Amino acid sequence: MKKELLKFAAFALLVMLMPLAFKGGYLMNVLVFVGINTMLSIALNLLLGYAGQISLGHAGFFGLGAYLSGILTASYGWNAWLAMPLAAVTVGILAYLIGFPILKLKGHYLAMATLGLGIIIYIVFNETVDLTGGPSGLSGIPNLAIGGLRFDSDVKNYYLVWGFTLATVLFALNLANSRVGRALRAVHDSEVAARVVGVNSRLLKVQIFAVSAIFSSLAGSLYAHTMTFISPASFGFNFSVELLTMVVIGGLGSIYGSFLGAALLTLLPEFLRAAHDYDIIIYGALLMVMVMFMPGGLVRGVPELYRKLIKLKGGADHA
Amino acid sequence: MKKIQIVCSFIMLSLVCSTISFAADTIKIGALFSVTGPASFLGGPERNTAQMVVDEINKAGGVKGRKLELIVYDTAGDATKAVQLATKLIKNDKVVAIVGPSTSGESMAVIPVAEKEHIPLVSCAASIKITEPVKKWVFKTAQNDALAVAKIYEHLQKIKQTNVAILTVSDGFGSSGREQLKAQAEKHGIKILSDDTYGPKDTDMTAQLTKIRGSQAQAVIVWGTNPGPAIIAKNARQLGIKTPLYMSHGVSSKKFIELAGDASEGLRLPSGRALVADMLPKSDPQKKSLLSFLKDYQNHFKAEADTFGGHAWDAVMLVKNAIEKGGDSPAAIRDQLEKTRNFSGISGIFNFSESDHAGLTKDAFVMIEIKNKDWMIVK
Amino acid sequence: MQFDQVLQYALSGLSTGAIYALIGIGFSIIYNATGIINFAQGEFVMLGGMLTLFFLELLKVPIWGAIPCAIAVSTVAGLLFERLAIRPLRQPTPINLVIITIGGSILIRGLAMLLWGKDTHALPPFSGDEPIAIGGATILPQHLWILGITIVIIAINKFYFYHTISGKAMRACAYNRRAAGLVGIDVRRMVLFSFIISSAMGAVAGIIVAPLTMVAYDMGVMLGLKGFCAAIIGGMSSGIATVVGGLLLGVLESLGAGLISSGYKDAIAFIILLLLLFLRPQGLFGKPESERV
Repeated sequence: MKKELLKFAAFALLVMLMPLAFKGGYLMNVLVFVGINTMLSIALNLLLGYAGQISLGHAGFFGLGAYLSGILTASYGWNAWLAMPLAAVTVGILAYLIGFPILKLKGHYLAMATLGLGIIIYIVFNETVDLTGGPSGLSGIPNLAIGGLRFDSDVKNYYLVWGFTLATVLFALNLANSRVGRALRAVHDSEVAARVVGVNSRLLKVQIFAVSAIFSSLAGSLYAHTMTFISPASFGFNFSVELLTMVVIGGLGSIYGSFLGAALLTLLPEFLRAAHDYDIIIYGALLMVMVMFMPGGLVRGVPELYRKLIKLKGGADHA
Repeated sequence: MKKIQIVCSFIMLSLVCSTISFAADTIKIGALFSVTGPASFLGGPERNTAQMVVDEINKAGGVKGRKLELIVYDTAGDATKAVQLATKLIKNDKVVAIVGPSTSGESMAVIPVAEKEHIPLVSCAASIKITEPVKKWVFKTAQNDALAVAKIYEHLQKIKQTNVAILTVSDGFGSSGREQLKAQAEKHGIKILSDDTYGPKDTDMTAQLTKIRGSQAQAVIVWGTNPGPAIIAKNARQLGIKTPLYMSHGVSSKKFIELAGDASEGLRLPSGRALVADMLPKSDPQKKSLLSFLKDYQNHFKAEADTFGGHAWDAVMLVKNAIEKGGDSPAAIRDQLEKTRNFSGISGIFNFSESDHAGLTKDAFVMIEIKNKDWMIVK
Repeated sequence: MQFDQVLQYALSGLSTGAIYALIGIGFSIIYNATGIINFAQGEFVMLGGMLTLFFLELLKVPIWGAIPCAIAVSTVAGLLFERLAIRPLRQPTPINLVIITIGGSILIRGLAMLLWGKDTHALPPFSGDEPIAIGGATILPQHLWILGITIVIIAINKFYFYHTISGKAMRACAYNRRAAGLVGIDVRRMVLFSFIISSAMGAVAGIIVAPLTMVAYDMGVMLGLKGFCAAIIGGMSSGIATVVGGLLLGVLESLGAGLISSGYKDAIAFIILLLLLFLRPQGLFGKPESERV
């Protein structure tokens, strides 16, 4: 446990010191999105990696958080700090209610149902023009502020978003090591066996679904208040798939893995920009190569690779 | 912790790489175009045109003896990416002005960045919301969709066909058009009998058209960009709909005629003058700009230019003129942009002022009809 | 509401639905042989359309030569995909396979964009475009082609799976891969076969739909998604159930657009599907089965 805490402290320190290295360049802006995507990946990982339930509709919850926050603050003049928890609670309740029928489904039926849910939410964003501004988007969302401190620059937003992200990491680590986490893993391995030893697997799945939705919604609110403009295109099926990819590439069931996956897939397009029209091909090929050579995700694959390299080097020295 | 170190070193590396590219003594202009993604039909010609104009300016000696440098990024039609890249242009590349983005959604997303960093933005997108209300640092070159709607409605009023059905695409372009179609109807005495939408990736619109056929509409107005309207034209032909179809300026390129084939015969749309430049009278003030743009584009890319590239032509030329008159600081460019009067561009004749950052009137459009797979001006 | 309107909605829905069905069967065949949900299935649809255009316009091959060429090249692409990406996988867990196919679809789409550009292109219909009237509603000759070819392909499928050795072997794999292996079936070969068959079917779907929908490098995304839905409604069957699933989806969309709201048409279709799934969690056509522990 102590080791866990030390690891987290080191991670947090690194996150806090990062801005010193960049002095407010545009990469700060990208790192803000790394933070938001890390939150989302962890949320999805709780569901997929721990409880073993797939979701192809998480962009919907992300979008609901963003739109609820955005509409309440931009159109109704609410305080953002009030809108954010209200959005999260609303999305949580919605997920809880819809979780009962949806999580009864298994395998590809579950994939299909969550996909459908995501698409329905996306269409609602597009069609309720009076409320959401429709496909043209919603602008004029205020930045968050504490007293006189307005989070209106990349550096300020960085600390804001990463504050939430670190809290999410801490929460997820705690959850994973708690009784609930163990019960979840039992459900993952065998639902029947878990039921036999007294885990209310159905309720547990629904609860984790709701928790996952709540964190996604919080990430959505943060997104809305840092971007100050949102449009439905950011919350479509493609983004749900991208989130899934982040979780798997990072490593299923690993919190730090989710961070690595989110960081890699958010930063990758920045590196690939130099490749111009070839970027999309390289991106696709990299995804495939990574799953082929690191089937356990970055969090397991990188240390393994490192060990192999050491061995190789050792072998060379012997020779 | 090893993994984190690796990630960090990657980040550092890219930072170093991105700061290397700077050359002394050039004036840097940033450009955001959606060269890939769903709006590539806009971003592609826009990037080509912008680069071409900058090359031509430099060949002719640059601006006040200094060369222009255009830094183009591809936003892929993604609002989040557009914001990141706008930040990158301003903070890392230190540009003095930005042309683009290509779409209204991206432009709306980028506006707060330009306003906050005090960098003039000359958007190439159509939505009226970009410059209304007026934002201090934001201008645009594409004709307002409001003007296109007014042009169609005036035409319909003239030929006394005032009962219409509208069919709009459910993306930024279509919903902005739909808003304008509904808002201006009453003013022009137009009655909207049926109001339908279709998805940008839909492949069959016979259901919507069947519904429209059942109404008493005298004209159908379709608001979308390729390929949707081409499919609609074909569907309408399949259903034997005789009601005349009106399209938006979003399909004003030869591509549309190619896609819709025979079904495009007789369709009408409002369009910028670039499509019909050779048919314009000699006295038309835009004719000179238009012909030089069309000729340059043909020489550079061995392809026919369309009105979309024209938005970028106008944007770069406006910025260049502003630099010539006022100097290369962002604030001076902004002030000079606002003072632009009677600039004959591709999209129309621009007159910016403190209360108008779009600068065009509905005369920027002409009604054209498709006849024998070519454009004709409707008198 | 008039009868001929509803008839038109139904006919339009059926012809779109037939395409969903054809793509859906491609999903099912691979799923049954391997347990993979192949997210790259839509890209084979795109390849069919784009390659036909390529042979027709750029290499000037006549249409009746271009189509077989397009199917052949798409099939080779499917074969390569299985050999290079699916077979070498060290830990073929379902989720890893999903990501591989997502990566594959991005790669194929990117290559198509690079090779053939980003423009949309029109393809000529197989036999003219004079509308045919059916009791107040109209369809195009191309719609008849779509319905006809779909029926033929389903018949061939049926024959293959029930009356040939290799088809029966593939069904055995679908039922229980390990048992199939024990009785001497080369399971890996069946996996390869499944990719070959479904990429060919995807290409056919792309070719027959292209004259109506036009082709572009990104046309596979939406069609793939709809085909996936069709397959799931049909309970991942490679037979008639998926066809019913596709037709149902097509008709629901068309009726939704015509009678309720065109903006919400996809949402209407999905809400009905969700409700059906909630009422029958085992799938529309599945029988409740006891859980294996």
